[in-house]
Amino acid sequence: MSITSLFSTGLKPVNLGLDMFAEDLTAQGVEPVRMDWTPPGGGDPETIAALGRLERPEVAERIEAANEEAVGRVLAAQPFLEGFGRAIDTVPGMTRTTILHAGPPIGWERMSGPMKGAVTGALVFEGLARDLDEAGELAGSGEITFSPCHEHQSVGSMAGVTSASMWVHKVTNRTHGNTAYTNLSEQLSKILRFGANDQSVIDRLSWMRDVLGPILAAAMELNEGGLDLRLLLSQALHMGDEAHNRNVAGTTLLIQALAPYILETDFTTKEKREVFDFVASSDYFSGPTWMVTAKAAMDAAAGIENSTVVTAMCRNGVDFGVRVSGTGDQWFTGPAQQVVGPMFAGYTEADSGLDMGDSAITETFGIGGFAMAAAPAIVALVGGTVQDAMGYSRTMNAITTTNNPNVTIPALDFMGVPTGIDVRKVIETGILPLINTAIAHKDPGIGMIGAGIVHPPLEAFQQAIVTLADTIGA
Amino acid sequence: MTRHIDIRKNTYLDSVSLMSMSTKANAVEGVTQALLGMATPMNKEVLANVGVDDPAIDAARPSDLMIVIDAADDLVEDAISAVNDILARKNTSADGAAEARYRTLDGAFTEVPDSNLVLISVNGAFAAREARKALVAGKHVMIFSDNVSVEDEIELKNLAHDRGLLLMGPDCGTAIINGTGLAFSNAVRRGSIGIVGASGTGSQEISVRVHDFGGGVSQLIGTGGRDLSAEVGGRMMVDGIEALAADPGTEVIVVVSKPPAEEVADKVLGVLGATGKPVVVCFLGSPRTESGYPNVQLVPGTKPAALAAVLATGVDESTLDLHALNIPLIEEVRAKLAPEQKYVRGLFCGGTLCDEAMFAALATYDNVYSNIQKDPAYVLGATDASKEHTFLDMGDDDFTDGRPHPMIDPSLRLQRLVQEADDPEVGVIAMDFILGFGSHEDPVGVTVPAIEEAKARAAARGQHLEILGYVLGTDLDTPAIAGQVAQLEAAGVTIASSSTNLGLLAREFVAKGDHR
Repeated sequence: MSITSLFSTGLKPVNLGLDMFAEDLTAQGVEPVRMDWTPPGGGDPETIAALGRLERPEVAERIEAANEEAVGRVLAAQPFLEGFGRAIDTVPGMTRTTILHAGPPIGWERMSGPMKGAVTGALVFEGLARDLDEAGELAGSGEITFSPCHEHQSVGSMAGVTSASMWVHKVTNRTHGNTAYTNLSEQLSKILRFGANDQSVIDRLSWMRDVLGPILAAAMELNEGGLDLRLLLSQALHMGDEAHNRNVAGTTLLIQALAPYILETDFTTKEKREVFDFVASSDYFSGPTWMVTAKAAMDAAAGIENSTVVTAMCRNGVDFGVRVSGTGDQWFTGPAQQVVGPMFAGYTEADSGLDMGDSAITETFGIGGFAMAAAPAIVALVGGTVQDAMGYSRTMNAITTTNNPNVTIPALDFMGVPTGIDVRKVIETGILPLINTAIAHKDPGIGMIGAGIVHPPLEAFQQAIVTLADTIGA
Repeated sequence: MTRHIDIRKNTYLDSVSLMSMSTKANAVEGVTQALLGMATPMNKEVLANVGVDDPAIDAARPSDLMIVIDAADDLVEDAISAVNDILARKNTSADGAAEARYRTLDGAFTEVPDSNLVLISVNGAFAAREARKALVAGKHVMIFSDNVSVEDEIELKNLAHDRGLLLMGPDCGTAIINGTGLAFSNAVRRGSIGIVGASGTGSQEISVRVHDFGGGVSQLIGTGGRDLSAEVGGRMMVDGIEALAADPGTEVIVVVSKPPAEEVADKVLGVLGATGKPVVVCFLGSPRTESGYPNVQLVPGTKPAALAAVLATGVDESTLDLHALNIPLIEEVRAKLAPEQKYVRGLFCGGTLCDEAMFAALATYDNVYSNIQKDPAYVLGATDASKEHTFLDMGDDDFTDGRPHPMIDPSLRLQRLVQEADDPEVGVIAMDFILGFGSHEDPVGVTVPAIEEAKARAAARGQHLEILGYVLGTDLDTPAIAGQVAQLEAAGVTIASSSTNLGLLAREFVAKGDHR
């Protein structure tokens, strides 16, 4: 619109800045468009410069095309549960002395209390140490290989500690052919992944190794077609789950799908009954299943040149790590944050460990916090109202590339879940991804003490945008 | 005394809101000091300067909100809760607003595709980027923010020019587009006089004088104060003039600016000469008297500019109240002043108003000091004491660093007013009061107690102190001019009828008959 034609058109101003100017415009009968603006990139000049380089039209065009390819793969992914296997037999790179953990890389010395608790418990469970003290010495001796789950096509809930004889899901994305893994739910509260490691924890792990894993594996061997997890997941969202902190529907659907095959296995009725009782003991049973579903989809979007789509968000209780499609396996990190939410009776914020686990892969995919609007039953858990829940999901549209038509939210007129977090949009809007998650006690040996919401540190995204600008925008 | 420090991660409030909240927070019972600010390096430095030192502050990032409250031990809890309420109120109003708010300009443009102009008043460090986005999306832009680099200004103006868009600013304080005032502006009649101004209060003054002479404004385009520098080369001025030349609603064009770079002045005059419309040019303080073009008239002040423009629309001069200088009044004031009361002190909110009064004084006196003096020998800093004739533009950067413009927050000027009254050599204190959109809601009312104090101090030593006021505003402004003038008169202030007359009266009041 030329200047002269502006003079013969109605003025429709956008007010970016001082509210008093908007009020003056309203007083003159010209209603301005109002902004809820914050400085991009947290106001950091280097970040803003990097964003600016990625906004140049020729660069932006390349990014748009790459991001379309990346989210196209996420939407097209068809993760199927193919079976269960022992980590040593299935997970790439697994050895008898390897411990996989959640989040970006971290050594024993820097690990958080709950992660140390989980590591020592796992070493005792594996028979590599006689007791927790010896396990602590072994962990610090250099004889144990620590490696992030994400670097082994895997994810792990909370501490994410996965050792050789634990059973894992095998989930293949049948569209793109990649496979992902995650271990089995120990159900909730005083468990290894929250840092608990007493004899009851070891006993449960042994039973899972000797009974639960073999039964599930045998059941899935009888199911030749595999289980279409995306279908189950999208049903679960229609039944009120967001598939991170609420898994009531998903667990019901999953065990319903597994039950006939479990019944057909050669195990004793007592053992089968134990499995059903175990599944019924916590709604969380399917939690890892949705994590690995998301992982199988997100891995398909990794490594696309010029793409600014986030392919992984995860935390080890000390650092929060982000991976971006266009920068492949590189980690961008910042400090793990405090999770804010209701605590179990007797605990306070002072007891809580920092944000931990690979479960933020669900938000990376578009469920969990991003699908809050699907799960009004748990808004109290995240300290809000149903209206807030609707707002959370809508707000995530501002930082994502598209909506997933295969996984929808009924209460938002079947809006697809916001998918494909774009580093550029996070930096520009200052809106950080919303993550629903559990809270572990900060000390080893205690376990889960609450649940709530948390955001990634802005720093991880600042690092990512600078690296992206150096590679894509160079 | 207890110190409470609270760092709120990823919480952003704009600096003007924070300053207003700080003012309220400092008024809370029991609070000896409350500091609210984003954790920018500058704000951290401010805290360090007042002795607030804490690792939490060192660790805070520019995206974090810092809250520091010093309060009496027994009242600190109440004070924290009161300050939290003050901060929360902003949130309520933002959340409670019925209209949608957008996080990004692209989001706003998508939802409101017929939006056509973006008024940007965010921190200058971020303004250029937002302006670029708006221009790329085909929107006109006004940048109120200052602290935008000249490189960015040139790039943005080139981009705007290529796309046929307005890029008013940076540091553009005023505009009136299609009868709607933007940022600091006055409610004036619509009419056929188009104004392009590189000086904000100069443009406001001309629009108000035009209104007062019965004329009206078609469009008022601001260019930002740097537009007529050699570097920027009048990019916006030229485009603005050409737009007004093509605008059927504009009969007469007025240009107002401080003296441009010589080659830029030649270029602008050339463009004006080619418009074929009657043009009035006021390059305040420029020695030029001839434009070289028959349709372009050069005038020395804002009031002559407005008058010439109104006459050029065909109004009969004999029907106008010209507000000629009141000669008997001058004699009357001179008689009241003691022989040693030789000097004028001008305390201004409006930069152009300060300029105009200073140039009036310079026409008669040599010893004229100011923070905006061109001659380095006569430059005063914000913290320097006044000297002989002193004219201070208190809206200039050296006075506004870290605080709001005196058009919004008059506190610094009030202190200075009382301070100047203690100098027995001062005969006249000249002040402007700027009404209109963006300005303080009652600039006179907030100043009257200081005026009374100043007069009382002079009276205590047996002197009459003449306070000369000019109210820049119209009958349509809120508050309207009449009520503001009445308040000043009740406080014993003499009223000038224009910026031009303010300068002339101030100069003449202290003339002792021995000046050149």
